[in-house]
Amino acid sequence: MDLMHRSYGIYLSWFIVTLAVCASASAQKKSSCIECHIKLEDTRLSAPAKLFDNDIHRGRGLSCNDCHGGDPNADTKEAAKDPRKGYLGKPKTLDIPAYCGKCHSDANLMKRFNPSLRVDQEREYYTSVHGKLLKEKGETRVATCISCHSVHGIRAITDPLSPVYASNVAETCSRCHASADYMRGFGIPNDQFAKYKTSVHANAIYEKQDLSAPTCNDCHGNHGATPPGITSVANVCGQCHARQAELFQTSPHKAAFDQKQLGECITCHSNHAIAKPGDQMIGTQQGALCINCHTNGDKGFVAAGLMRGRIDELIASVDKSTEILGRAERAGMEVSRPKFEMKEATDALTHARVLIHSSSAAEVDKVVVPGLAASVKGYQAGVDALAERSFRRKGLAVSLVFIMFLAVLVYLKIRQIENR
Amino acid sequence: MRIDAITAWLDERLSISTLTGMARKKEVPLHRHSIWYYFGGMTLFLFVVQVVTGILLLLYYRPSSENAFESVQFIITEVKFGWLIRSVHSWSANLLIATLFIHMFSVFFLRAYYKPREITWISGVLLLFIAIGFGFSGYLLPWNKLAFFATKVGTEIAGVIPIIGRPALRFLRGGDDVTGATLTRFFGFHVAVLPATATVLIAIHVLLVQQHGMSVPPSLAGKPVKKMKFVPNFLLRDLIGWILAIGVLAALAALFPWELGEKADAFAPAPAGIKPEWYFLFMFQTLKWIPPKIWKFDGEVIGIMAFNVIALLLFIVPFVDRPPGNQRKRLVFNTIGVVAMLYIVVMTIVGYVT
Repeated sequence: MDLMHRSYGIYLSWFIVTLAVCASASAQKKSSCIECHIKLEDTRLSAPAKLFDNDIHRGRGLSCNDCHGGDPNADTKEAAKDPRKGYLGKPKTLDIPAYCGKCHSDANLMKRFNPSLRVDQEREYYTSVHGKLLKEKGETRVATCISCHSVHGIRAITDPLSPVYASNVAETCSRCHASADYMRGFGIPNDQFAKYKTSVHANAIYEKQDLSAPTCNDCHGNHGATPPGITSVANVCGQCHARQAELFQTSPHKAAFDQKQLGECITCHSNHAIAKPGDQMIGTQQGALCINCHTNGDKGFVAAGLMRGRIDELIASVDKSTEILGRAERAGMEVSRPKFEMKEATDALTHARVLIHSSSAAEVDKVVVPGLAASVKGYQAGVDALAERSFRRKGLAVSLVFIMFLAVLVYLKIRQIENR
Repeated sequence: MRIDAITAWLDERLSISTLTGMARKKEVPLHRHSIWYYFGGMTLFLFVVQVVTGILLLLYYRPSSENAFESVQFIITEVKFGWLIRSVHSWSANLLIATLFIHMFSVFFLRAYYKPREITWISGVLLLFIAIGFGFSGYLLPWNKLAFFATKVGTEIAGVIPIIGRPALRFLRGGDDVTGATLTRFFGFHVAVLPATATVLIAIHVLLVQQHGMSVPPSLAGKPVKKMKFVPNFLLRDLIGWILAIGVLAALAALFPWELGEKADAFAPAPAGIKPEWYFLFMFQTLKWIPPKIWKFDGEVIGIMAFNVIALLLFIVPFVDRPPGNQRKRLVFNTIGVVAMLYIVVMTIVGYVT
């Protein structure tokens, strides 16, 4: 009886193990495409199978046949690539947007994988310079989906290894746009990336790791990439620099720039090589940008001189106050409150530097005046603190004299007692 | 005539003459180690300075995480001579710990804990721990960044002790983290629990010193020792020391006002190179250097336990080293004392410069 029980036990455990093995085998979807391609010596043919391991589509349960068609369960090459089984093969460059768009433009289908993902990339693409050249002129050197997102090893845009991750975008665009050979015939410069790398935006993204700083697609768009025109450039910059853009729209420069067909922000700040702006840009001195258009005596010349003068005045005042407060602090005086209140003055300075986009000295004055008042208050606090320190030192000297006198008196008293 | 009558009236009721008689009778031995007798009195004087300045600070200090920093800021910027009171309180606290250590080591080396002064020694050791408790709790009260993180680290160290560590940490912090609850708790310790305990212990300590008189080092036992009257001769000398201490405190407060720093922010990252007060530095440095694993045990736990054991050993010193003692025992104890002193000094310096 015991033996019978034991045999049942053995059979049962075999059964369970066999079931488990079968279950795991069926969970792993068979793909004859990958099985064959991964072994091929020609790297052009084996690379897709290797790269696909890290592809976001594979992560979502898709396989080769979901894009290329065919039968991944077939055991022979011919059967797997049978056109009757929907085999499509490698798409031509001209067909790539539609090839990806088959799923990515289908809102119903995409909801199953990522309901928040947009489905207008293909439509947008055909509004871009890339898309138009491809569609209208059959130009196949232009970027298509795979040029930027790569192919077979496609990663999510939030993956730092993705070529379209924020800090990789500029380099990805530069693969074509910085190549003089590749860009020959398109009639556009190829120094954008070199210039961008010198910009304040590149510094923010590469040095400060600030992914919110703009890279190519933030100004040009991504799928609908197009250079912003003269009339729309201010809107593009104004997405982040809203206050400056708003001030510019109300300034006398607006009409003048429109009339002369000048790009609004880029005339002073340039486009790709946007340097960190400085006070030297404004004013009437040598090197100031204002004198590129304005001449001595005109309204703009006067306003530029006034605005720069007021800003310089505030800077000098802030520096003076900061210096004296620093001195008081180093002397051990408690000046954290006036130091904190000095923020009002430094904030006013930042605000004044923004307000110059109104081109109105009166507007700049509206913040410089209270800024100067705050700074003067800070300076006075520094003066008071240093005066207090010198009062303490004098007080100490007087006290020490008194204390020593007292000590001597006690000493004399001891002498008197002990000599008795 | 009238004063005599009042004195007689009071004496009849308070037995003042017994006390004055005791004081008049008290004598201080004069020898080459007499200088060390001044440090007990100096520590007591600094304690009085702490009480007086502490009470003055209490007039304006507000013990909550919302108000503490601002109230100290108010004291040192707006209150007339508030800066002086606050700086003297902080400087005096540090000098007090220093004189306390000097006093303890001098008593140790001069064997002043020999029979019948064992309880005087024990009360002194208790006072040392209370002074350190004063320092630790008072450090947090201005609620600045450094104090906040130092308290975090300090209470974490307490939390490492096996079994009682975790409850002790929660008791000290008033929760799992250093918060406003910790501040109110520390304030309670600093102005109520510790002063009350210290006052009782100081009373016992001083009374015992009066009762047993000043100890003469055993090395001078049997030799003729000159004596000086405590009142007024020695007391007046004490007085000169105290007057000079006021001068030193005033100079430190005026020339090196105690910093307030930035307000504590629980969400801010801990400032780099955070260090405790200097009198904890030698322990802190030891814990930094101790290997993470000693045999099967956590190195840090071993280090903390070792300091606790040493602290407990301090209490039993008078029972292990008893008179008359012999040459060998004296050598062993002197060596322990010198090594401990050198260890504290060297590790404090190392902790300070690294």
